[in-house]
Amino acid sequence: MKVRATQAILECLLEQDVDTVFGYPGGTILNLYDELYHYQDKIKHILTAHEQGASHAADGYARSTGKVGVCFATSGPGATNLTTGIATAYMDSSPVVFITCNVSEELLGRDSFQEVDITGIAMPITKATYLVRDPQTIPDVMRQAFAVAATGRPGPVLIDFLKNVTALNVMIDYEFIPWTENRNTDSIRELAVSHGLKAPEPDLNDIETLVDLIAQAEKPLLICGGGVVRGRAHEQFREFAEKMDAPVAITVMGGGGFPGAHPLTTGMIGMHGTQASNVACNTCDLLIAVGCRFSDRVALKPATFAQQAKIVHIDIDRSEIDKNVRTDHHIIGSAKRVLAELNQRLPQYHRTEWKGQILSLLEDQQIDEQDKLTPSQVLDAIEQAVPEGSIVATDVGQHQMWSIQHFHFQYPGQLLTSGGFGTMGFGLGAAIGAKVGNPDKVVIHTTGDGCFRMNCHELATVQYYNLPIITVVFNNGTLGMVRQWQHLIYQEHYSQTTLDRAPDFVKLAEAYGLKGRRVTNRQEMKEAMEEALTCGCGYVIDCMIDMDEMVRPMVPGGAHITDFLLK
Amino acid sequence: MKQTISVLVENQAGVLNRITGLFSRRAFNIESLAVGVTDDPTVSRITIIVDSGNSVVEQVEKQLNKLIEVIKVRTLEETAMIGRELILLKVNANHKTRQDIMTICEIMGAKVDDISPSSMTLELSDTPDRIETFEALMRPFCILEEVRTGVIALQKGGGKI
Repeated sequence: MKVRATQAILECLLEQDVDTVFGYPGGTILNLYDELYHYQDKIKHILTAHEQGASHAADGYARSTGKVGVCFATSGPGATNLTTGIATAYMDSSPVVFITCNVSEELLGRDSFQEVDITGIAMPITKATYLVRDPQTIPDVMRQAFAVAATGRPGPVLIDFLKNVTALNVMIDYEFIPWTENRNTDSIRELAVSHGLKAPEPDLNDIETLVDLIAQAEKPLLICGGGVVRGRAHEQFREFAEKMDAPVAITVMGGGGFPGAHPLTTGMIGMHGTQASNVACNTCDLLIAVGCRFSDRVALKPATFAQQAKIVHIDIDRSEIDKNVRTDHHIIGSAKRVLAELNQRLPQYHRTEWKGQILSLLEDQQIDEQDKLTPSQVLDAIEQAVPEGSIVATDVGQHQMWSIQHFHFQYPGQLLTSGGFGTMGFGLGAAIGAKVGNPDKVVIHTTGDGCFRMNCHELATVQYYNLPIITVVFNNGTLGMVRQWQHLIYQEHYSQTTLDRAPDFVKLAEAYGLKGRRVTNRQEMKEAMEEALTCGCGYVIDCMIDMDEMVRPMVPGGAHITDFLLK
Repeated sequence: MKQTISVLVENQAGVLNRITGLFSRRAFNIESLAVGVTDDPTVSRITIIVDSGNSVVEQVEKQLNKLIEVIKVRTLEETAMIGRELILLKVNANHKTRQDIMTICEIMGAKVDDISPSSMTLELSDTPDRIETFEALMRPFCILEEVRTGVIALQKGGGKI
């Protein structure tokens, strides 16, 4: 069947069950937006205030729904505005297909208006990039892009169409093939063979070896990493942990992979990890890390990391093995498959002594009873007010660590946070994506005054699409995490971190047609949450907290995991 | 220790960029890189020489394997491969030194590609070691210009990567 090239692009989105796209139009992508006009009833387009917001929204949509996110932008500045969002998705292995259009063939390479080599720019921050110069290749490229983004270790892919390729008079051969079937087309099958697009099947011998290692171990520790979340392997991981009867430490990206309130949880591990997690890591005799890449925020000092333990690494990405930490054994495969196989072979263990030794280090969460508002009071008020299972999107910094330490995430996609790239300004976009993808869930956006100022213009998107997102600003008038380092490591030289400046976030919310309230104590915070949950529109709570609040505990970068600078 | 990595890639624009980009991004030092099309015009072969420890080479191999455009990666064992490099070398040569240069060329199996009243341009294809030796022998005559291709390599015997 002959169809317009632009029609093929959108039909290919439908093949992948895409019904929502985030983006921002412009000169070179006009043809695609013209086609989108005819697809309004099939594809919902969310117009953000800025391409960066669209990129984070598509990412947040992907993380919270488990589907592939899609984001459109025009050439030049439109495309470069996506880059922070692409890198964020790449570092956290989030599947997003970014579609940009570039100038026409005859203008390419001539420094034309709004021309940039976006495929070149995006190369190190994508799984793959495609520059489409031949319209006939559209179906192949689109299907490949989605297959690459979604399979194996997920991640972002960028497709750049030249404007002439999308010209409305360009017709191509196209046949609708749903994604379940188009993964069998020749080009993708070839790719699957050469690149293991399908998740690698775990080697059963490797699994048997691990079963033996487990049988010899007395003090095992499990780490739940982002791979458990991306692979939606939470049920298998839980069964594994319960059979092992061993403590479970959770990385930032692993939040939601294992129930935060489970009796085996030792909480976060690493730089702001709990005493229980970090001590367990230092004393265990077997460490099994699932879908975790031993980043410098977890394995702060690789040479002494889990030095008494045999380290076992389960990961879908072979290149992660022995990259940061030398391991004793590894299994390549999806967390889901590996753990399912493993669970079948494991007996029920009982480790009362070891478990007790570690879990007794866990302290009960203390909510400060001070008159002035504290971060734990804010988080407690949120937790008390929202229904169970509400989604939390964070920005980056102190509020991010406080949020992750405080909330007990129960399922994958409940926590949306920029763990790898640490992108300030990620939260609001991600919250928008999450709310669009999960309209029935309450979505909380926790942020700091520094982060919020970076992308607060997305409140326009919150207003226009009537997304009742609750933004909670931990307003300490400073770049809190940087200040914390300056306080502890830089002799209190508060260089350029004090943010005593506009705007008034409540008035800002009102200017965007939303509601807001400034709170200075626990009671006001409680009232604000009640109002926010019932007002039916976006709501900004400006929480005035002290600028010297710190994230505890803390182990400085590069230090041994139990050398706490702050307890 | 120098190791030779042979990579088959799709022969299309941007692939070399992606591979060299990977090396700089991951802070891998490469000693040489040679690329050319194979008998299949859609496939190019890249030969990379890395002078690093085993763990780095292992990472290079794994990271290369992840690139969509990369078809196959193999580290070639020193003893089980044929590695050759081509050098073009222009030296000062006059009626007094010309004969000495010719003698060395004969011994080393090098070819004279060009000659002028004051210079000779020589060509040698050989193992990197012998190329080094040749270069050292020519140095006293004053090397004017020199270019090397970087090593290309195939494994010995009937096998393919």
